[in-house]
Amino acid sequence: MSNISLLEIDGVSKSYPGVIANENVKFTIKTGEIHALLGENGAGKSTLVKTIYGLVKPDKGLMKLNGNLYSPNEPRDARSCGVAMVFQHFSLFNALTVAENIALGMESPPSIDRLSSKIETISIEYGLPINPEKMVGSLSAGEQQRVEIIRCLLQNPKLLIMDEPTSVLTPNEIKTLFSTLKKLKREGTSILYISHKLEDIRSICDTATILRGGKNVGTCDPKKENVRNIAKMMIGETIKIPKKKSTISKLIALEVDCLNWVPRDSSQKQLKNISFKLLKGEILGIGGVAGNGQDELTDILSGEILSNKSTIRLFDNSIGDIGINKRRLLGLLTAPEERLGHAAIPDMDLIENTNLTAHTREKLVKKSGIIDWKKTQEFTKNIIKEFDVRTPNAKVAAGSLSGGNLQKFVIGREVLQKPLVFIVNQPTWGVDAAAASSIKQAILDLASTGSAVIIISQDLDELLELTDNFMAINSGEMSQKINTQGLTVDEIGLMIGGTGAYWKRHD
Amino acid sequence: MLTGNGMIRLEKRPQPSKKWTSITPFLAVLATMFVGGIMFWALGKDPIEAIRIIFWDPLFNPQFASYARPQILVKAGPLILIALGLSLGFRANIWNIGAEGQYIIGAICGAGVGLAFYPSEGWFIFPLMVIAGALGGFLWAMIPAILKIKFNTNEILVSLMLVYVAEKILVSVSLGLMRNPEGGGFPGSRNLQYYKAASNPELISGTGMHWGVLVALTLTCLTYIMLTKHTLGFQIKISGQSNKAARFSGTSPSVVTAICLGVSGALAGLAGLFEVSGPSGQISIDFNVGYGFTAIIVAFLGRLNPFGILLAGLLMALTYIGGELAQFMLGLPAAAIQAFQGMLLFFLLAGDILTNYRPKFTYKKRL
Amino acid sequence: MDFSALNPVALLASLMIAATPIMLAAIGELVVEKSGVLNLGVEGMMIVGAVCGFITAVETGSAWFGLLGAALGGILISSIFAFLTQVLLANQVASGLALTLFGLGVSAMIGNGYTGIKPPGFNTVNIPLLSDLPFIGPAILSHDPIVYIGILLVILVWYFLNKTKNGLVLRAVGENHDAAHALGYKVIWIRFSAILFGGMCAGLGGAYLSLVRVPQWTEGMTAGAGWIALAIVVFASWKPFRLILGAYLFGGVTIMQLNLQALGVDIGIAYLSMAPYLVTIIVLVMISSNHLRSSANAPGSLGRIFHASQ
Repeated sequence: MSNISLLEIDGVSKSYPGVIANENVKFTIKTGEIHALLGENGAGKSTLVKTIYGLVKPDKGLMKLNGNLYSPNEPRDARSCGVAMVFQHFSLFNALTVAENIALGMESPPSIDRLSSKIETISIEYGLPINPEKMVGSLSAGEQQRVEIIRCLLQNPKLLIMDEPTSVLTPNEIKTLFSTLKKLKREGTSILYISHKLEDIRSICDTATILRGGKNVGTCDPKKENVRNIAKMMIGETIKIPKKKSTISKLIALEVDCLNWVPRDSSQKQLKNISFKLLKGEILGIGGVAGNGQDELTDILSGEILSNKSTIRLFDNSIGDIGINKRRLLGLLTAPEERLGHAAIPDMDLIENTNLTAHTREKLVKKSGIIDWKKTQEFTKNIIKEFDVRTPNAKVAAGSLSGGNLQKFVIGREVLQKPLVFIVNQPTWGVDAAAASSIKQAILDLASTGSAVIIISQDLDELLELTDNFMAINSGEMSQKINTQGLTVDEIGLMIGGTGAYWKRHD
Repeated sequence: MLTGNGMIRLEKRPQPSKKWTSITPFLAVLATMFVGGIMFWALGKDPIEAIRIIFWDPLFNPQFASYARPQILVKAGPLILIALGLSLGFRANIWNIGAEGQYIIGAICGAGVGLAFYPSEGWFIFPLMVIAGALGGFLWAMIPAILKIKFNTNEILVSLMLVYVAEKILVSVSLGLMRNPEGGGFPGSRNLQYYKAASNPELISGTGMHWGVLVALTLTCLTYIMLTKHTLGFQIKISGQSNKAARFSGTSPSVVTAICLGVSGALAGLAGLFEVSGPSGQISIDFNVGYGFTAIIVAFLGRLNPFGILLAGLLMALTYIGGELAQFMLGLPAAAIQAFQGMLLFFLLAGDILTNYRPKFTYKKRL
Repeated sequence: MDFSALNPVALLASLMIAATPIMLAAIGELVVEKSGVLNLGVEGMMIVGAVCGFITAVETGSAWFGLLGAALGGILISSIFAFLTQVLLANQVASGLALTLFGLGVSAMIGNGYTGIKPPGFNTVNIPLLSDLPFIGPAILSHDPIVYIGILLVILVWYFLNKTKNGLVLRAVGENHDAAHALGYKVIWIRFSAILFGGMCAGLGGAYLSLVRVPQWTEGMTAGAGWIALAIVVFASWKPFRLILGAYLFGGVTIMQLNLQALGVDIGIAYLSMAPYLVTIIVLVMISSNHLRSSANAPGSLGRIFHASQ
């Protein structure tokens, strides 16, 4: 790392109606350093990097690249100045090949054949193996990220922006990524590394700039600074650590027996030989990298997808072949991962969204089929009050709530229906720390009243923090169930990678 | 707007504006009058006179009103009936655009039952025809419904193809099976207006009110209640917003598809039956006049709201009568009014931007 | 019944003519859909092309000017759709329907005084030696130039989509407009151009109907050809060469049905003339029931509204 500054950001401000995304942000990225941009969801990190990449124009402020005024009008300008970006939600095209995807990110790509051989050279050089002829849609998340990185590297960037790069990777893939980044750094490339994970940042970043509420609240060396201090700068208040008390009984609440499921559609994952028992009062964590069958498993357990009658038992009932509403009546409730468009409808108000799932168990529809809107409204108000959903009133569209508030609403809607078994997929994904903490507490409280809970998550820390037992999911199969206590992140990493002692493959 | 740094930027509203939802149809009508006026002027007609003849004279000019006013209900009846049905599907993202075909088949089935009983009289004949008409339209619409449910076939193309098939059937029965044996060889069936047990007469003289109009008015209220209070209406609404969320709510997409297409087909069939047994009187080659397509405009203009559809149906009926009048008075081509109606739909769709987005005026400034 | 009256040379020749308007309209719509836009207004654009082409040809006395007029007419009317859906972000299904209703009305209005006139035609291509070959010559190699222009256009579209950078960009926009925007491509501009191209092709297809196939102007003369073109795009799974196959298949059904009518086959004219529509439905069912194949090649963003928020 040198002392020459590559990019100076000076007083950049940007606001949207009702939100100030960035306010007078100042910091400098030096040549050959890995610079962390740290902050919570909604702290303004994304807006800032989009500004640097030319996707957003700031209302005020200046940027200088190598001492020259830098104001990209579009990503093309940014790329021609040597700024490249790897997006969090990849900007890839599933139906196109790796080589075609990479060609799209280049100004004047060579012919596909020549590009393919170039891709192979780079992928060997940086330890990012990839087949240029494969369709991107058939690649794993880790491989897709490699495509994005190679696309950037082909432009010999001076500054590489990486937005939450580890959120979809296995611990092993993270190690590979970090060694690639270190190699780039040695070659003099600067990296702007956006994350909310302190551990990642401490292991590879030289400098960290912390954003909170759109403002720069401090710059530090993350390796030297106290972790608690950084967390405090990032969050601004002390977060209550959820309290846990285990109350597992011997009674089996939910039993899955030899679940096999073949999808109709190539975009879905096949499930193979899944069996487990969930006890009353137990919190079971199911961990894995995205796209290994979590969504399919959620839908089969919730009743959105039907299976054989005997494969799923809820207390004394075989429920594999009955629909979602009947399962709700029997006490099995679900909160799926996708908040907008699955768990809730963005353009409908909270009252209508309450009726979406609470209509059977809370008897919000009369026998004649007439909806009891008054009762629905009362239940909605109750959710808002009990779960501290910050909203002007119940008649606001679900889509206008922040991620954290909407997730509190979604979780609250199910928890207040007093489920006997509650299945939740990614409970705190993209949620701010305060909301995440209250959601976690609500789940723990629910279990302590005797409900059984399944948490499906990619956030391993969350699983270690909340669950009694753990299972890994990989390529549609599940590992043995083991006690979470005493597990380390490394062991879990092996498990979700599909290897290790806790796997019994049935071939 | 195009590049984001122009003078007008669009900002998505947190939720669709209720105010603009109800204002835009009126703006669209005004804009259509204006641009339609220009179109009439380009055809060499006095624009103000043309607009007056279309929108004012049928209602208030003493010379025409006595004929034109009842005609408004006669034309609005089928439009409202069909549009009510279509609006259910449009809410759920199920696009039945073959109502014209269901209208024809409903009329053929209904008239067929009536003609089968000719010349016997009996109170039960007309009710039987009503059932047959609704059933005919229902079954015709179930073809795209079943193909969509079973094979995931696009209902837009199938329902539309079936319009052409229905038209061919209409030609065939007018010339063959249903031709009036006492009609001197002319195509077309017996006139049901002269067959009392099978006719749908004007109920109050001079109003144009017939059974079909009564049914349309009743169904407007029932549909409103169903959409706002009943769980079925709610299920239709959520199906249109997100299929995934609908399934999560326990709503079966297949059931919603079948209901939306089936009901809209039945209503279009009813409209055909009331038309063939009333104002039109007989099955003939040119029995269908495009109500099934105009009803699409009515449904949108009424914002898929039953009472909105009621108003929109009346307005669209007015443009039909006014168009005929303008044809007679000014020699305006008959097709001009069809173009005029299409234009109305354009303006309406254009106006939707105000419902979903907030235009923001900004000065062009760069860093 | 005497099937020997069916002359295979004449059948094949008229099949190519019957397929051409649908092929022209369909290849335009294929490009539009590949860019992620569903324009259901093909029928409306075709009929406007038919009337514009007819009037221009009659007034100028040249069928070629007629084609030019049809192309301009198609572009003009498709620009309404492009403006509504790309700039004002209107619902594509509803806007397409509106385009069809408007096109039918407006064409009938401007074509009012042109019924019953015979338009100028095209000279047939005469390739020395080749056109004189037995069978192939009269059946395939002596048509008007538009038949070949149609096939050439399909080949050019295939080349553009699969072999050029701009074609790759267009496919990328149709596949995932958010990603394309993030890479800095002008989604709206690209789609706007694709829609205009689709309008031009549909206009040409319409003009072929009114200038060659029929040849005269009558109200509503497209009689569902635009909708069949839409169905053919689905049939072809968005692949240009399969589109030729689809268009010839439908051309074949139409010609067969007309010839059987002429032969007086005893199943009723009305039922025979249903054939193209019924075959369309059957083919759609066959294609769409094969779920994996039909969805594999469908553009990922088809019909979705793009708004570059934030």
